[in-house]
Amino acid sequence: MKPVFSPPTPGKPRLTTSAMIASIAAEGQATKPAPFGHALVALAESRPDIVGMTADLSKYTDLHIFAKAYPDRFYQMGMAEQILFGAASGLASEGFTPFATTYAVFASRRAYDFIHQTIAEEDRDVKIVCALPGLTSGYGPSHQAAEDLALFRAMPNMVVVDPCDALDTEQATAAIAAHKGPAYMRLLRGNVPLVLDAYDYRFELGKAKLLREGREVLVIASGILTMRALEAAKLLEADKIGVAVLHCPTIKPLDVATIEAEARRSGRLVVVAENHTEIGGLGEAVARHLMTAGVHPTFRHIALPDAFMAAGALPTLHDRYGISAEAIGASIKGWLG
Amino acid sequence: MADLPNTSLADRAYRIRRNAVLMGEVQGQGYIAQALDIADVLSVAYFHAMTYRPEDPDWEGRDRFLLSNGHYAIALYAALIEAGVIPEEELESYGTDDSRLPMSGMAQYTPGMEMSGGSLGIGLSIAVGKCLGLKRKGSPSFVYTLFSDGELDEGSVWEAIMAAAHHKLDNLIAIVDINNMQADGPSTQMMGFEPLVPKLEAFGWYAQRVNGNDIEAVREAFDRARQHPLPQPRMIVADTLMGKGVPFLETRDKSHFIRIEAHEWQLALAALDAGRNP
Repeated sequence: MKPVFSPPTPGKPRLTTSAMIASIAAEGQATKPAPFGHALVALAESRPDIVGMTADLSKYTDLHIFAKAYPDRFYQMGMAEQILFGAASGLASEGFTPFATTYAVFASRRAYDFIHQTIAEEDRDVKIVCALPGLTSGYGPSHQAAEDLALFRAMPNMVVVDPCDALDTEQATAAIAAHKGPAYMRLLRGNVPLVLDAYDYRFELGKAKLLREGREVLVIASGILTMRALEAAKLLEADKIGVAVLHCPTIKPLDVATIEAEARRSGRLVVVAENHTEIGGLGEAVARHLMTAGVHPTFRHIALPDAFMAAGALPTLHDRYGISAEAIGASIKGWLG
Repeated sequence: MADLPNTSLADRAYRIRRNAVLMGEVQGQGYIAQALDIADVLSVAYFHAMTYRPEDPDWEGRDRFLLSNGHYAIALYAALIEAGVIPEEELESYGTDDSRLPMSGMAQYTPGMEMSGGSLGIGLSIAVGKCLGLKRKGSPSFVYTLFSDGELDEGSVWEAIMAAAHHKLDNLIAIVDINNMQADGPSTQMMGFEPLVPKLEAFGWYAQRVNGNDIEAVREAFDRARQHPLPQPRMIVADTLMGKGVPFLETRDKSHFIRIEAHEWQLALAALDAGRNP
């Protein structure tokens, strides 16, 4: 797929890409600063085994907060992801629990064999926490980790987590620290939207949670797409379309029991929504389970295309690739006919 | 381990070679030429330099030994059998189904195997993490890591070389086996890495180059590596001869993975015996 260009229209301003890491918070949305960094600092007080490591991205993964609080427990490995994860394995083999951070593209693509061999195969207690998951950067394919969930799902021993907001991120940080073994967590950093505090919700590793009920549609979502699905569900209330939202932040191991039970409730359109390529993520995992279990609802998938995506402003891109709240709402309406 | 006289180190090296040939015979083929070239280094490591408890391979006070070049597992198993970490009778299971001694060394299979090798260029990076971890714990243990000259082609090795110097890892002793043979041919022709010692020195390492089949020279190099006073990682560049100790293999056309005819294993054992402390 070649990029499509269009000349500026005089008098019509266009959105700018702004920074590599654009905030995913909408204007006026409640946020919390650096939920991962603060959660890790809080955990580290009672967990002397926890150390922080990064490959020149502490400030961009909120690990600088940990580095400031525990300078002697922080390791700067330079802009080199293979040594970052190899050394994390070595520290884990000596009894420490490294939280190693970088961007999702570099962990999943550049350092894959190192994570596969030194962390997953050796079953080391390393937590891989990575910013810019899916389409959360307007910087282009170099920084858009559309396939990270597929890659880490395919790795034996690896737990895979895709949190929705600041609350989810804080609680998931504690949960993967308590889990013995390797884990990959997608990171939302900076001022992160706070959404789930409005629901009766608590993150549990390996559990999907129903956030709202709805009679016509069941959306199974992870990450920021849960937030978008909740917004879309509110928009669709005006059309008297009831949308249930099942938040599934643990991609692996998948909570198949809850997913199957919800999908079995008759007559609803089942939609999986994820901030990830349509290949190999939550959608295919859910579809595979439902097919195997003999559950056959009408099934649709909201995901990023199997294509190198454009550079640009995030709101523009989320609209273009169908993962904004409005786009999700429109898709659902279209499918219901 | 007790400090043994050099004749004993040579004797250990002989038995490491013998164990390796016996394992090679089980498979009918293998990385036997590499095992023969590195036996003298492993003899010094396990019977002179390292502290460990054969009956308790996970003892916290041990020196760690990381085998980055997983295909050298046949050599390390041979040394671990000689050291009493692995029972001698397991030798016959090398490379067979459900054995604790797989062809390529893996951490969760074998007592005394600290890492999973096989994907080359990985060991030195794990070693860096182990050294950082040991320092955090205030442990006086050393991390020894063996890798092959072909691994110098991997960028990850140079990431680790930079990181080890940056973090002043004076508890790291790396040994690179320069047998000048990798999968596609002579290592120096696949990707030039010389001059290695000045390169390592420029990267902040204490580097020594020795004849890796001269046990006395290897022993002195290990001693100097342990006693070096400056806060920097240590590298022993060991030039070795593939097939060392079995003359007809030393002179055979070299290749990375050699084939040996069934009748030749007994000839190899006989050659080792003939060369033993003449």
